[in-house]
Amino acid sequence: MLRDISLLLWIIIKILVIVLPLLIAVAYLTFAERKVIGFIQLRVGPNRVGYRGLLQPFADLMKLIQKELVIPTRSNNFLFVMAPLFTLGPALAGWAVVPFSEGMVLANINAGVLFLFALSSLAVYGILISGWASNSKYALLGALRSAAQTVSYEIAMGFALVGVLLAANSMNISDIVLAQKGGIHHWLCVPLLPLFMVFWIAGIAETNRAPFDLAEGESEIVAGFHVEYGALGFALFFLAEYASMVLIAAMLALFFLGGWLSPFEGCQRLNDIFFFVPGFVWFALKVAFFLFVYLWIRATFPRYRYDQLMRLGWKVLIPVTIVWVVVTGGMVVAHIGPWFS
Amino acid sequence: MKKIYRYIKHYIKSFLLLELFKGLAVTGRAFFKKKITVQFPEETTPVSPRFRGLLALRRYPNGEERCIACKLCEAVCPALAITIESEPRDDGSRRTTRYDIDMFKCINCGLCEESCPVDSIVVTPIHHYHVEERGENIMTKEKLLAVGDLMEERLAEDRAVDEKYR
Repeated sequence: MLRDISLLLWIIIKILVIVLPLLIAVAYLTFAERKVIGFIQLRVGPNRVGYRGLLQPFADLMKLIQKELVIPTRSNNFLFVMAPLFTLGPALAGWAVVPFSEGMVLANINAGVLFLFALSSLAVYGILISGWASNSKYALLGALRSAAQTVSYEIAMGFALVGVLLAANSMNISDIVLAQKGGIHHWLCVPLLPLFMVFWIAGIAETNRAPFDLAEGESEIVAGFHVEYGALGFALFFLAEYASMVLIAAMLALFFLGGWLSPFEGCQRLNDIFFFVPGFVWFALKVAFFLFVYLWIRATFPRYRYDQLMRLGWKVLIPVTIVWVVVTGGMVVAHIGPWFS
Repeated sequence: MKKIYRYIKHYIKSFLLLELFKGLAVTGRAFFKKKITVQFPEETTPVSPRFRGLLALRRYPNGEERCIACKLCEAVCPALAITIESEPRDDGSRRTTRYDIDMFKCINCGLCEESCPVDSIVVTPIHHYHVEERGENIMTKEKLLAVGDLMEERLAEDRAVDEKYR
């Protein structure tokens, strides 16, 4: 009995150790977004709260917490309140199988890839429920758009993952990372470059970020699925969106950029200089790179039109992935290059 | 043949995402450019010596008010913002007893300054001012003189700069 309780406590502690830094990272991602987009637009971004604006995310949070919770009269109250949690939950739960370094993983399960893929697409239910429960036309339209978009891009994403599984010959994420050992040219982003790009684009679409943010397209449907949300509900949606961005960035780093592996493994001299850098730092740097590109892309590209979005998903990304999955299969069978020998 | 060539070129271009990378390069360069933000309460943008902001009444260096109640400004004011009443003072000179400008009516055209024969009513570069209570929008003679006293140095300087173009 005592052992059970201590085991449970230990698991909770491990979860907190992962989730708390993650939430802080999410808070600062919102800050980074405003800073990066500001810099790109020749502004300086928020710089008033705390030293250089570093306390801005907490000021935002305080403001949102203090606001009144408004529940639309004719909405489905239960679902309306639960929907933000449905989106936030999967984005956080996905981190259970993410290895931060060799052995630094909460649950080292053999179907890790499937788990991560399933959870990253589960978030759409929260969006769908929120759109339906708020009983508002804009919210419903936003939710429908988001659902259609996520379903379309899921397929391309799944095919891209098939390529990864073929190449790494495993569904265990730690094994996938270890299969990329041996320096930059062993990383899967080299032989699977098209799949890498497709996964990246589909990942951006999956998280409903610009230029695929039709779900909230403020110029047409105000704020999309979360028009009716204010205060904490809105804060949770915000948190969920950014948490899933971090999760997608982590997936990209794990599957294509060798996760926690140092980029200098191939070169003995550089490896000797950087031997002291722990694995999770490399992992964090890779995730940070993908997140920066997320923001960079948002500051650069205009939003896709709905039909263009569907065309890109179905008529470009899916054929590309199918072709390259076949090519990958061929490369694996023929033991080509340093990757599959 | 040419058509096929164009077709292939188009495909290569779009699959290498060339135009997207071009766009990213533009924003990427902007990321490192100098930022043009002015941190407002601490910094302000430079104001032209001809800027037409809040109005003021000036004095001569000996402290005597310039205004001689000729009422030219009142006559020229297109918004009818100026109200002047005058009486001879004890020493016999004609002076205003009341010189009110309604800042809600004033359109900052600066015609009053142009019409003034003694450079008494002037526009100042002050453009951040506010009204907290009803009635504060009326700039009385005292308030206008106080603004003039406050800004005298700058006003004289600006007028000296502009002198040769008048």
